[in-house]
Amino acid sequence: MAEDPLLTVEDLRVDFETATGVVQAVRGASFQVGREKLGIVGESGSGKSVTGRAILGLVPPPGKVEAKRLEFEGTDLLSADHRQMREIRGRRISMVMQDPKFSLNPVMKVGHQIAEAYRTHAQVAAGEAKRRTIEMLAAVRIRDPERVYEAYPHEVSGGMGQRIMIAMMLIPDPDLLIADEPTSALDVTVQLQILAILDDLVSERGMGLIFISHDLNLVASFCDRVLIMYAGQVMEVLDARDLKRAKHPYSRGLLNCLPRIDGGRGELTVLQRDPAWLEAKR
Amino acid sequence: MIWVHDLKVTFGKGAHTVKAVRGLSFQVAEGDSFGIVGESGSGKSTVLRALAGLNPAWTGQVEIAGRQQAARRDKAFYKLLQMVFQDPYGSLHPRHTIDRILAEPVAIHRLGDADRRIDRVLEEVGLGPGFRFRYPHQLSGGQRQRVAIARALVLEPRILLLDEPTSALDVSVQAEVLNLLARLRQERELTYILVSHNLAVVAHMCERLAVMNHGRLVEELTAEQLRAATPTEPYTRQLLTASLGYDRAAIDQFEDFEATA
Repeated sequence: MAEDPLLTVEDLRVDFETATGVVQAVRGASFQVGREKLGIVGESGSGKSVTGRAILGLVPPPGKVEAKRLEFEGTDLLSADHRQMREIRGRRISMVMQDPKFSLNPVMKVGHQIAEAYRTHAQVAAGEAKRRTIEMLAAVRIRDPERVYEAYPHEVSGGMGQRIMIAMMLIPDPDLLIADEPTSALDVTVQLQILAILDDLVSERGMGLIFISHDLNLVASFCDRVLIMYAGQVMEVLDARDLKRAKHPYSRGLLNCLPRIDGGRGELTVLQRDPAWLEAKR
Repeated sequence: MIWVHDLKVTFGKGAHTVKAVRGLSFQVAEGDSFGIVGESGSGKSTVLRALAGLNPAWTGQVEIAGRQQAARRDKAFYKLLQMVFQDPYGSLHPRHTIDRILAEPVAIHRLGDADRRIDRVLEEVGLGPGFRFRYPHQLSGGQRQRVAIARALVLEPRILLLDEPTSALDVSVQAEVLNLLARLRQERELTYILVSHNLAVVAHMCERLAVMNHGRLVEELTAEQLRAATPTEPYTRQLLTASLGYDRAAIDQFEDFEATA
């Protein structure tokens, strides 16, 4: 990455204190994001989602977030107060979650929800907000934006719901978008169409994108760089095109255990976990 | 082994009718592994449920192991055919031990010798006797799916219907479960029908597969044809392209394949 990074994360730690002891969800993750597409890949429990949430200060209690540095364009996100975080959240950094069914308000028209997101961050009249909303719905390739503006969330499909979420997150024109498994609940063709929309918007607006996913192949073909997480640690950071040349045994194991359409029908390689990977890098 | 002709499944009445399966025919030879691929709403799981007798509202002809099947099935049928479901978190009774989960089918079918059968089947799915008196919540997703497979196998059926058996699992666990299913098929000479949205999983596990869309069979092809990327139907080709990863240029060519009446 040549230019100045948007976001710098250094030694990020997230602990959850539970009745049975402290769960270390993220254990010393460090990375930088510029105006690029960064993929974070890992299996369940690897800490990839918690990392995304920690950036926005959305880790639920009893979670505790610590870091040597968590800086977004010169602002220290850890020492920022609630007012400053509200300025950043949504306006500068926004987040798309996995399932639109749980992220949209079921009793509010889709258009009103998007317009509300816009008017929270921009001082505009209601008419102008509506006009911008319909523009935005068209930008995420919804064919009939006027009709969808008046629709309730239960009246739209999963793919459409996720386009609506993306429209809502992009309307304040953020610099960084965190997408947490934005398409894993969708069919594969719809998934790719939505990624294409994200891809185009990211390159048109010069945004940064953190794309969190469990799908290594998808991330490798979609993102510029890939960060592989295991047990709360960053195992390896690679250029996406070099993924096939990954060195860490965990990354290699993940790649090899996938069944392939053009592969043979032999036994799949099973990932052998090495306890040494769990030892925190200090 | 399995012969299906003009299978139709319809839900609802009048204006609310949903034709989930609109006339499907295929056959699976003994010892074969047949895959059904499709996107959500294509009717692939509905076909499995109709074959398993879980949904009596179907028309057409279904012949399993040489016997014409009616809407309701008798007990002997379930000794022959068992099903493994998608969600290992929802398909095991949370308050029953693994022992009780596996003992129940043995008792229903009066097979006797439950102790030995349970130990053996747990060994076969790679869990071992240590798991016998645990509860499902004490197991990981992959271990639960192994229990679900053990529950199906404890009756020593000849046919297994697998409905997205690995889609709730991490890829490393998926590899283990797929290897287990492949080994069991070989050892026990089982016949499989595997339903999945994942082309790679079906290509890996099955010799032949059917592609479904909107309740219809779009194309039937062999895994070799899929591997050589020679499907004839545009829908199958698009599905194949989409399964190979993100390709910005290819996505602009995607079409909507609407239901035909």
